[in-house]
Amino acid sequence: MQDSESAATSAFAIRQVSKRYDSVVAVDNLSLDFEAGTTTALIGSSGSGKSTVLRLLLGLEWPDRGTVSIGGHPLEPAQVLQLRRRVGYVIQEGGLFPHLTARGNLALLPHYLGWDAARIGQRAKELAELTHLPLAALERFPAELSGGQRQRVALMRGLMADPDALLLDEPLGALDPIVRHELQDELKRIFAELNKTVILVTHDLPEAAWFAERLVLMRKGAVIQDGCFEDLRDHPADEFVARFVAARRQLPRVSR
Amino acid sequence: MNRRLLSLLLGAWACTLLPMAGHADPVRIGSKQFTESVILGELARASARQAGTDAVHKRQLGGTRILWRALLQGDIDVYPEYTGTLTHELLKNVPANADISTLRARLKPLGIGITNSLGFNNTYAIGMRADEAKRLRIVRISELRRHAGLRFGFSNEFMNRNDGWPGLRRRYDLPQRDVRGMDHALAYRALASGAVDAIDLYSTDAEIPYYHLRTLDDDLHYFPRYEAVYLYRLQLEQSAPGFVAALNGLAGRIDEETMRGMNARVKLQGVKEDVVAADFLGLRADADGHPGLWSRLLQRTLEHTKLVLVSLGLAVLLAIPLGVLAARLRRFGQVVIGLTGILQTVPSLAMFVFMIPLFGIGAWPAIAALFLYSLLPIVRNTHAGLVGIAPELRESAAALGLPPGVRLRRIELPLAARSILAGIKTAAVINVGIATLAALIGAGGYGQPILTGIRLDDIGLILEGAAPAALLALIVQGVFEGIERWLTPRGLRLVARQ
Repeated sequence: MQDSESAATSAFAIRQVSKRYDSVVAVDNLSLDFEAGTTTALIGSSGSGKSTVLRLLLGLEWPDRGTVSIGGHPLEPAQVLQLRRRVGYVIQEGGLFPHLTARGNLALLPHYLGWDAARIGQRAKELAELTHLPLAALERFPAELSGGQRQRVALMRGLMADPDALLLDEPLGALDPIVRHELQDELKRIFAELNKTVILVTHDLPEAAWFAERLVLMRKGAVIQDGCFEDLRDHPADEFVARFVAARRQLPRVSR
Repeated sequence: MNRRLLSLLLGAWACTLLPMAGHADPVRIGSKQFTESVILGELARASARQAGTDAVHKRQLGGTRILWRALLQGDIDVYPEYTGTLTHELLKNVPANADISTLRARLKPLGIGITNSLGFNNTYAIGMRADEAKRLRIVRISELRRHAGLRFGFSNEFMNRNDGWPGLRRRYDLPQRDVRGMDHALAYRALASGAVDAIDLYSTDAEIPYYHLRTLDDDLHYFPRYEAVYLYRLQLEQSAPGFVAALNGLAGRIDEETMRGMNARVKLQGVKEDVVAADFLGLRADADGHPGLWSRLLQRTLEHTKLVLVSLGLAVLLAIPLGVLAARLRRFGQVVIGLTGILQTVPSLAMFVFMIPLFGIGAWPAIAALFLYSLLPIVRNTHAGLVGIAPELRESAAALGLPPGVRLRRIELPLAARSILAGIKTAAVINVGIATLAALIGAGGYGQPILTGIRLDDIGLILEGAAPAALLALIVQGVFEGIERWLTPRGLRLVARQ
């Protein structure tokens, strides 16, 4: 556990936070720090509370107890809109608005922030290059894009206003294996190029290990183990961690 | 999308407001929903023409209450009435046999004047088919007591008036249980076809000889005298003295025989009321009494679409914000949807009549009633469209850091646009139908020929209103489907196709 002074330098800090939905405990007396410029993966089964952590960091949920702070500032309803603009958020299906083209989706926040069309266009072009999205795809509606393209646009939308941090909730969860594999490569490259604080939620251990130095394994709203992949593999904190690490199927060997 | 919708609404709005721009006020004559009253209304209009006074006739506005209130409120200036109605229905604490000078004294404080009797007594009577009456040997009303199984079909007004069925039953101690309210013109047909055995009728009705009816003796003298008179607003004595003199000049000139003859010409021979009225005065009927089919149709279409579009436009302005609030605040939403739902259950004719004290007669009370009916479909669909937005989209919008107002305008309303438009379409189609009843309170539209057609038993006239109303409903449906295509973002149509 880190002391409060280092928390002030953290990009995100969660202090003794509890959150329940009716009778279900989503997060139980949880404390976590995320250092600026690092990539962290939150892993765990569904219902472990890992998505709730992201939602708490964005102020989409408010803790029943405890505090959440961003860049040393406590998250409060009055500033939550401004703080959200400093954080990009990408969800499983992309969450693109179907009535707007890809470009329309990208332009929503910058337009509100008062950017002119040239600046928005320039930024969209930069990000299209970064994410390897063909420029023509910007004029299409989400329904006309492939799954992989939709995720690229969603990532671009999160990055448009050049936020300090990126929060990704199962960003590749809905993609087929080939596209998923390809995007894993590209996302890793993009994270390295941008050098932002990244928090990624996944239930896939290899994916987590691929992206992040630091893995936080959660269960029933609490952190079970916090460390690198090797720690989890070689020194599992308990039986559950060992099972989670072991729960991968090897490809069958086919003899000819 | 917002700007398009807005310009569309404003455009429709402007179109409907244009024809309302006013001009100099002519004398407004009203008449009730039966032929004799319409003829007397036409007679007043012809007299006005003779006296050089500009006058319009708002035909068949409805029942006594509507006309009386319209006269008191100044929505009309003149209408034909009967003394019995004044003594039993409209004025309180007046002796049942009050003469006209008593009535005149009582009406004066209300700002209402009354002519002397036009010369005939159109009292209520109870009528049966002559052969049936003969078979049962019924000549007097008191003899109905012996036949408890007889079925009565009374005009709706007669059912509830102090001088109608309730009093008649008490006076004669009548035992009949099968008593139904129906339209007066339909009652004759019900009687002729044997669906009922006795009806109320007016002693000058043309149908009495036509259907071979026997009017039963009022042997206990229950029905008061119903001398025909004109009631008028006293201020006409200043603004149109010639016309008031002409109205008073009609007193004593129409006897029962003459009136029955005029009724018969209209109802049985299909002569127009204004022709009959002009003939009586020895005038030629004026041209504007008979606009051609197409100009009639055009005018009614304008009236009808005005009712529908203005009420719909107002409803959209209120119902969409209400729907948005309802989607935001759950308790409020339940209350709003509940209340608008209750409005929807108010019978349409009652709703129109409720609006009269607030808005007088004519287009505005009808627009107000249609407006209230339009709220539910639009509020409900706006609410449903917003609540139905996928949670992940709602959350993505919130996570972007856009304030709620921007999210509503740029994301939530466009996503709910289809549902909202479908609600507006439903309201519009319903309004086209309900607006046909607006003719009953003087709003015109396609209901006008339907009412006249029912009164005169003229299927052609009924179709002249019913067919264009059905067509308009189809057109409205089609136009809204076009608007839906135009306003629905292409991206959403793509989603729907997948």
